Amino acid sequence: MSIPNEKPSHFVMPDQVALADQAYKFFHSEFFEMNAEMDDTDDLPASVFPTLGKMGYLGLNVPVEYGGAGLDFTSAGVITEELSRVSAAIGLSQVAHDNLCINNIYRNASEEMRRKYLPGLCDGSLIGALGLTEPGAGSDALGSMKTTARKDGDDYVLNGTKIFITNGPIADIVLVYAKTSPEKGAHGITAFIVETKTPGFKVAQKLNKMGFRGSPTGELVFNDCRVPAENIVGKLDGGVAVTMSGLDLERAIVCFNAMGISRRALEISIDYAKTRQQFGKPIASFQMVQAMLADMYTQIEVARTLAFRTAAMCEGMEEGAGGRGEIHKLTAAAIFQAAKATSFVLDKAVQIHGGSGYMRDTEVNRLYRTGRVLEVGVGTQEVRKLIIAGELLKNG
Amino acid sequence: MNDQSGPTEADLAAIKSNYALTDDQRAILDHVGRVAREVLHPLQEKMDAEEYWPEDLFPKMGELGLLGLTAPVELGGSGQDEFTQALVTEVISKWNPAVGLSHGAHDNLCMNNLLRNGSDAQKAKYVPGLCAGTIVGALGLTEPGAGSDALGSMATTAVRDGDEYVLNGTKIFITNGPIADLVLVYAKTDKSKGAKGISAFLVETDNPGFKVAQKLDKMGFRGSPTGELVFTDCRIPAENIIGEENTGVSVVMSGLDLERAMVASICVGMSERALELALEYAQLREQFGKPIARFQMMQSKLAEIYVDVESARAMSHRALAACVGLPKGGGGRGEIHKLTAAACHYAAEAFNRAVTEACHIHGGSGYMQDTEINRLFRANKLLEIGAGTSEVRKIIIAEELLRG
Repeated sequence: MSIPNEKPSHFVMPDQVALADQAYKFFHSEFFEMNAEMDDTDDLPASVFPTLGKMGYLGLNVPVEYGGAGLDFTSAGVITEELSRVSAAIGLSQVAHDNLCINNIYRNASEEMRRKYLPGLCDGSLIGALGLTEPGAGSDALGSMKTTARKDGDDYVLNGTKIFITNGPIADIVLVYAKTSPEKGAHGITAFIVETKTPGFKVAQKLNKMGFRGSPTGELVFNDCRVPAENIVGKLDGGVAVTMSGLDLERAIVCFNAMGISRRALEISIDYAKTRQQFGKPIASFQMVQAMLADMYTQIEVARTLAFRTAAMCEGMEEGAGGRGEIHKLTAAAIFQAAKATSFVLDKAVQIHGGSGYMRDTEVNRLYRTGRVLEVGVGTQEVRKLIIAGELLKNG
Repeated sequence: MNDQSGPTEADLAAIKSNYALTDDQRAILDHVGRVAREVLHPLQEKMDAEEYWPEDLFPKMGELGLLGLTAPVELGGSGQDEFTQALVTEVISKWNPAVGLSHGAHDNLCMNNLLRNGSDAQKAKYVPGLCAGTIVGALGLTEPGAGSDALGSMATTAVRDGDEYVLNGTKIFITNGPIADLVLVYAKTDKSKGAKGISAFLVETDNPGFKVAQKLDKMGFRGSPTGELVFTDCRIPAENIIGEENTGVSVVMSGLDLERAMVASICVGMSERALELALEYAQLREQFGKPIARFQMMQSKLAEIYVDVESARAMSHRALAACVGLPKGGGGRGEIHKLTAAACHYAAEAFNRAVTEACHIHGGSGYMQDTEINRLFRANKLLEIGAGTSEVRKIIIAEELLRG
């Protein structure tokens, strides 16, 4: 069973509902059957990105003239949600490519860089990733960053290690943050576009994740990796503005990955509860199961509503905006709520599925294994709360 | 961006406006916010300490334009929709929860049900007084033996006798009951038909067969009078029936959906106030040589309260927007039934979490009855119980999810 998308209402516009239905049908026919094998092998089929590109599902927020889809942010959220509902892993790889890499390049890079890279990224012939996290720099991503970029003639020479990088093992383009003026702390960080065929770039390892398997995650090593100076994105030492506004949008979009996963978990839980018989009747007729379903629905719709409200606030966000104020607080709140709701929903989904939900090769178990990281990636729940409290207590 | 390359400014503005208030709504809220802060907030202390309802408060609210939000202008109302009405409820409840509750019972439960379901003659007779606050309204559904099973276990009866109906029975936990001039009462006109044998009536409380058996002593929302109402051979004119005989179930079910959406707004207003008080206290209160707001454990609580407030607000606004234009007899099933139940279920539990943590942040002082945070804390639980318990809300949601 699949629960049909909402009728147009206060929070979704009519054309977005049509967009969601169309996207879901396409993703389901192309990708749904891949899930089991992706989970087994932890490999992303090579056809996925070109398929997404061909149908216009890459470069969602990039104008048509660069090869993108020219959609608003909310519509990108709608598509992300439907893709994640069909395949959590593909949804994650798509968002790393589309939001983390492409959007940051489009929003911050020079016209030359946009023309050079965006068309390939938008048609899926190039795969993108973003490199911020390091082995020693998680929540304190900016302060503890060790990767450096040293000017040498017309080039910058990068040295350092990035870890837990989604799409890292398959990426052609990585948007990398590195310290150009280490003495300036967070204000000495610059963003670079690095082509992964550059000598000095290496995928040190592909990591073995619990969930989202099929979306490849890696450790990237830069060893005297020379990048032309024109590959700087934004200003020299201006990386903090790129990363902070990028992180707000990232938090806003990842809500929809979480919601797609949660919605799917509810759909299959309803199915299971109606078909599974115990004590001579479907377990859905027991109030304790009904209470779980009702709470799952409530958590999902509340988190979704906040996600859509947040997406609306992100529309037309200026370059370099974000990273502070109302939008910073709201995006942190939305992803906090979405991640919390997803963990709750996935836990109850497995509970409803009983013993079968504990088996790795069931869909509900695959979904269950994705949940944990949504409370960790893109800023942990604790970082999100620090952001919110920081804003609430400002000017107090 | 141009038309070809991406969304237009107008597209983006349309998306944003889904979540923004209109100029009219803003103007109303500015006015209500000011009045609530200046007039209603100072009343809290005495109302709570003495279970006191200021006798002139309804007429005063009428003068200030706080009553009859959904009533047509020609009958003395403001001609707004249920969304705007609930926004007003949210603001009043923020500054004085007891007044918010009484206001909601009067404006939504009594008057809005009358407006949606009553005859033109009934509206002409009662609505102007309700809007002016010279008539105080209430709604009587719950009975001593009929809580969650409100329809099935209802024991109050109405028997036709000539041009009159004769009501017998007891209603309990009725907000505004002790001060009401007009009660919208549900009673069984055909006991053999169960829920389909219920009718709704307008009862004037100066009727000799009507009695307030007792004013009840509540933990919170004190000042908003709650009572037990007894009908003993209470004869009312037949024209005071609302709609057709035995059609009360559609009145009550669509009314309950709107009521739940409104209850969510009461919770949002109170949660917002709990957050404000907690923020204020955490920044002023010093321990270990610095404001307690500097400690991460306090920051974590404040952040989680904020998430709950904003989540509940977004969801309640979405549910309310869906209520606008609900046709007569609509509701009580389908998407709106599920959505309003979910909004109310979430908002009530969110208020529970928010006010519990906000009270905790206040330390020992939050345990003292005469602090505002303690009054708010004592307002907890009611809205997980009234307008359908959390359990009833979950049953509604599950039924809708499992349908088909």
